[in-house]
Amino acid sequence: MCLAIPMKILKIEGDRAVVSSGGVQRSIGINFLKSPKIGDYVIVHAGFAIEKLDTVKAEETLKILEELQ
Amino acid sequence: MKYIDEFRNLKIAEKLYRLINEEAEGLRRVNFMEVCGTHTMAVERFGIRRMLPENVRLISGPGCPVCVTPKNYIDKAIALTAIDDVVVFSFGDMLKVPGTNSSLLKQNPKGKVRVVYSALDAVEFAEKNRDKKIIFLGIGFETTVPTVAASIKYAKKKKLKNFFVYSGHKVMPPAMRLLAGDKEVNIKGFLCPAHVSAIIGTMPYSIISKKYNIPCVISGFEPLDILQSILMLVRQVKLNIAKVENQYNRVVKASGNIKALSLIDEVFSTHDSEWRGIGVIKKSGLVLSRRYSDFDAEKNIDFPKVETKMDKGCICGSVLKGIKTPPECGLFSKKCTPENPYGACMVSSEGACAAYYRYGAGRK
Repeated sequence: MCLAIPMKILKIEGDRAVVSSGGVQRSIGINFLKSPKIGDYVIVHAGFAIEKLDTVKAEETLKILEELQ
Repeated sequence: MKYIDEFRNLKIAEKLYRLINEEAEGLRRVNFMEVCGTHTMAVERFGIRRMLPENVRLISGPGCPVCVTPKNYIDKAIALTAIDDVVVFSFGDMLKVPGTNSSLLKQNPKGKVRVVYSALDAVEFAEKNRDKKIIFLGIGFETTVPTVAASIKYAKKKKLKNFFVYSGHKVMPPAMRLLAGDKEVNIKGFLCPAHVSAIIGTMPYSIISKKYNIPCVISGFEPLDILQSILMLVRQVKLNIAKVENQYNRVVKASGNIKALSLIDEVFSTHDSEWRGIGVIKKSGLVLSRRYSDFDAEKNIDFPKVETKMDKGCICGSVLKGIKTPPECGLFSKKCTPENPYGACMVSSEGACAAYYRYGAGRK
């Protein structure tokens, strides 16, 4: 039940945003996000973004995985 | 999909399996617990459990919210549907869970039970149907709780008098502490939940790693996340250290989500709560705070009386604590299947029994 997927913010209106992933668009609540911006990736669960996804850290993790020996 | 597919790379997965095998060589047998039901599902789906070396055993924990919801809660939720002007709203997972005589799915004569994706959908329905009492079944851990809290706050803002939450919400750390201290389960490492941690941060696990000397790694839900986290746990065990590491730092901050946490604090307060098959765990449940008591179903709705009978033969409790695996249950895959479930662990797609069954582990 804690499944949540990364989606990209396309539009922001007050405490709601339109997000998209794999061709699917959805309107969600962004009440819990600190200064959300268009283009941010957010983790979406039960109609709300529960947190931002830090794309720099994601790339770092992928690099670590690549280089891990 | 972006930030999902990259974490499913087969070549890197193979390398991680090799590294786990190399690091685990000569290690005494260890039990690692994946606490969260979403991890259980991913672990089975990607065949991770069966690929690990023999001395690294991954056991499933109690982190499937539907599975740990007491049978009495289900019976009471079903009984609510008998009240004339009540419409019950629920997340889909709850519908098939068997109560004593029925389930919400079977007990749905005139559209009295409706499935929603978000609690906010139930609030919106309440807004448009003021002659009905809308009761939302609040099930879920810290990931879900803020979304329900925000919905309750929205109902308050709209001054709704016909929206109520029957809270069965639970929090994870007290259950983890209970299991950490349980010698029978004998956990040597926790694979900590991804999105619960996005809300609560890393601090609650520090107590577990320090007090019980158990390594904790917060792990994402993709296969590379899980494999890297297992490798991190193995390395901690090998070095004989127990600390909190955050593999899923692309989402989880040390502080957690402060805005979501303060919203939970505002709308809910903790109480002692029963976990199906495990018993009452101190301060592990959430009820609506005094400030929001007008939205508390238990305080505002006259619940019909119910009689709950306990399960016979179902070992859900031991499965939820990681003491037994689903195939060790006499009912598993014989009398108990996803089509005809006995216990909650077979109902929820995230239940250990359902995950084992679906992906063929231990099926007869």
